[in-house]
Amino acid sequence: MQCVNDDAVFKALADPTRRFLLDLLFAQNGQSLTALESELKMTRFGVMKHLRVLENAGLIVTRWSGREKLHFLNPVPIRLIHDRWIDKFTEQQVSALTDLKMQLEGDACRKSRKRA
Amino acid sequence: MSEESKTRMTTQVYEIYIRAKPQAIWDAITKPEWTTRYGYQGPVQYDLRAGGKFRALATPPLIAMGMPEVVVDGEVIESEPPKRLVQTYRFLFNDQMKAEGFTRLTFEIEQAASGFCRLTVTHELEGAPTMAFMVASKFSETGTGGWSWILSDLKSLLETGNRME
Repeated sequence: MQCVNDDAVFKALADPTRRFLLDLLFAQNGQSLTALESELKMTRFGVMKHLRVLENAGLIVTRWSGREKLHFLNPVPIRLIHDRWIDKFTEQQVSALTDLKMQLEGDACRKSRKRA
Repeated sequence: MSEESKTRMTTQVYEIYIRAKPQAIWDAITKPEWTTRYGYQGPVQYDLRAGGKFRALATPPLIAMGMPEVVVDGEVIESEPPKRLVQTYRFLFNDQMKAEGFTRLTFEIEQAASGFCRLTVTHELEGAPTMAFMVASKFSETGTGGWSWILSDLKSLLETGNRME
């Protein structure tokens, strides 16, 4: 795997299934392919492909635990993008807006996440 | 979140690519002249052999805020410079943190392509929910920064000679 660059991270994040996989790992870190697959209407092979893209972007790291390969969220690339892009462009305004959005959408958002 | 989910998310893994030599990264983790230049900037004391003591000291501003002089302690389990360091790790800020006890921390440094190294930090946090929350936190959130912040700062220091600001 090459050294992670911003392009790979943005590309990985551009897909809703991959963002959903990250959300799953955020809710519960260290899951197996089988566990992740059970949350998606997709073939095992499809899920593996998405996980590979996330791994190549450095957004997940895998570890073997016995015979099981576990997937862990790696928040560092997002942190680096945050430092590089968000800090640069008026973080304060962005966070005020995201706070507002979260407040307005909070309940709906939490409910839909529980469903997912 | 269910209790089961909580116990299953006890290990945190952080991976970062740094344009530096393995030895430079190793030194930045284990030598006080480096640890005083990024993150919380407290000097560390490592006895780098199995069973050796580890201590991280607070900076004067942290001590002025009421932090103890030794903020983190632990013991070296494996030391293989400049590749692999396994140790225990316990926060000593207050009685609650002390009661959570020792967690297990592994640093792995691998040479990657074209002058880069991959640094992986694996923190096994079973039975330490408060520490798990703290090391996962963002800098701005709680006035504390977790591994993501510390490692980004370390990368910045080693690659540019300056901290992130």
